[in-house]
Amino acid sequence: MVGNLSKRGYIAAHGGGMVSDKSKLTFWLLMAPLLIWLVTLIVLPHVGMFLVSMREKIGVREYQTSFANYEVFFNEPLYWNTFARTAYMSITATALTLGIGFPIAYYIAKLTRGRTKTTLFLMCLIPFWVSELVRTFGWMILLRETGVFSNVLQYLGLVSGPVEMLYNDAAIMTGLVYTSMLFMVVPLVTTLDSLDDSLIEAGYDLGASSFAILREIIIPHAMPGIVSGCIVVFMLSLGNYLTPILLGGKDSLWFTGLIYSQFITRFNWELGSAFGFLLLGLSSLIVFVGLKLSRQSLTKTMGQA
Amino acid sequence: MVIALPVFIESLTMSQTPDLECRAISKSFDDFKAVKDVSFSVPQGTFFSILGPSGCGKTTLLRMIAGFQKPTSGDLLIKGNSVLEVPPNKRPVSMVFQHLALFPMMNIGANVGFGLRQRGVNKTDIKQQVERVLERVGLGGVADRPVASLSGGQKQRVAIARCMVLEPDVLLLDEPLGALDLKLREHMKIELKQLQSEFNTTFVYITHDQSEALVMSDQIAVMNHGVFEQLGTAKELYYEPSTAFVAGFVGEANRFAATVESVNGTDVQMITDQGKALRGVDAGQGVQRGDSVDVFVRPEAVRLSRDVSQTGQLGNGGAGRVENILFNGANSQLILRDQASGAEMNIAMPQTGEFRDLTQGDVIAYGWEPQQTRVYSSARGRHGL
Repeated sequence: MVGNLSKRGYIAAHGGGMVSDKSKLTFWLLMAPLLIWLVTLIVLPHVGMFLVSMREKIGVREYQTSFANYEVFFNEPLYWNTFARTAYMSITATALTLGIGFPIAYYIAKLTRGRTKTTLFLMCLIPFWVSELVRTFGWMILLRETGVFSNVLQYLGLVSGPVEMLYNDAAIMTGLVYTSMLFMVVPLVTTLDSLDDSLIEAGYDLGASSFAILREIIIPHAMPGIVSGCIVVFMLSLGNYLTPILLGGKDSLWFTGLIYSQFITRFNWELGSAFGFLLLGLSSLIVFVGLKLSRQSLTKTMGQA
Repeated sequence: MVIALPVFIESLTMSQTPDLECRAISKSFDDFKAVKDVSFSVPQGTFFSILGPSGCGKTTLLRMIAGFQKPTSGDLLIKGNSVLEVPPNKRPVSMVFQHLALFPMMNIGANVGFGLRQRGVNKTDIKQQVERVLERVGLGGVADRPVASLSGGQKQRVAIARCMVLEPDVLLLDEPLGALDLKLREHMKIELKQLQSEFNTTFVYITHDQSEALVMSDQIAVMNHGVFEQLGTAKELYYEPSTAFVAGFVGEANRFAATVESVNGTDVQMITDQGKALRGVDAGQGVQRGDSVDVFVRPEAVRLSRDVSQTGQLGNGGAGRVENILFNGANSQLILRDQASGAEMNIAMPQTGEFRDLTQGDVIAYGWEPQQTRVYSSARGRHGL
């Protein structure tokens, strides 16, 4: 009797163990692609890059561990000026994108319905069907000396000779805003869509002006969308290489351009890696400060948008 | 005295100015007329309900009063002043929304104080007034809590407090009890009525639920297809419905289609389509011999008896077979099929216990008085003429 009971208990325990083993296996199998992707494409290269960035070349194939590469960055004004310029240009681009994207998103989410809404949303998406390179060349066709804008201005008699509109900060800014607009509009439309119209009406009913409603009801509600849109746009701008180089020309002074030239032109992988790490640190810091200022958490914003 | 008289007259006329007045107000959407020439006025301190099925135009009417929609024609006066050109955020009306529309991004105190903040009232005054109004709705000390921490009924009270703190001339309520469960809805009906008499503010309440309207209102307007079918007190609507729609919509009723045989004053003799002779009273539509009419009888107006002689002299009635008994406590109903004509009758089960042993298939005598039988001209028009 006792033996029988214990045997049954053993089977129960063992059976249960098999079930949990199986579900554990399923869990790991499902997680495997994500883990492989994270480890091989993100963690390993970064560890490698960090190790490279900590090497100082002291002779032919002779290296020692030091912070010398990081010192070079701080001792050379061109490097950290470019670094700061990239940061504030990206922040400006993000702010501009938000400023232009918010009314568009509000219009799509709140003032249109059904077919019009879908059409407008698609129109935001259509430019992304062509590659970024082609899109940027499109801007070059418009802005260059012999381009469309210059010719139209001459034809209208507003200017006497050809005007070069490429290769300046405004051209870079235009390109950055244009490239990242979709990534701002999509999360904003999503959050604004979820705002109940009756909240806006209740605001008016209680005597609020349109501005008070925007400030007290619409923006607080859309905050997760605003923050997640800003994070994505900021990251894209900071890490953008094509747009600043093509539209800003050789004097664009974009930090990714510096990294490129260290790796490819100068063949100085050590300094390039250090720059890469500084850029990573910078973007993380700015996103962190942004989240703190807007009192949002990364999990909340990313979860919602 | 010479000076006092005009002052007295002025104050008299002042008090007679209704809080809300609609003059021939209409609203069309493209070629659909949602509200057609509706006129009414609501005196100060009245609980006024607009009752109607969904799609009857009651929400459109309420939104016009609130200012979210502009009437196609007509005039809208609040305390005697036209508000047609006044935007919703300047109108002296407040609205409790169907799903309350409390601001989830603010705590309860900030929600209630929202309107005062927009008026630029200073912070300490806002705090005091918010606390006072929350106490009046029985929610003192919750100002710092988030909206989500409240139950359905408490949210309701916060929504009312948020409007009442602004001391509006008229409070509009857009089916605010619709989202609550049955028990709470019953409770909130009484509470709303109490709050209304306590604040002594004019309430305009729209609903499709007749019991909400009957229990709470001083005045009820029954609305259908964009017009007011009847305006009156709950009792008037229930006992003297002036149209067939009101008779069918407010309360339960047995409905027969019949043809008028003879008319003597308001006394009408009819034959139902199933061949049963009935006597009833003209509901004021002036039916004539040969008219097609709709006849309405309330289930509780019908008396039951085991003895035919007791119901025989009532004027209408006969013997019926029990088809079904719908037991629902005090609201139990009996479905009876008339043995002569085969017509189905819905009869309220008397609560005296006398008919407790009644079962399906039993035959019982029933009858009702002609005064309880209301006759309306039918939309089918006249036949035989």
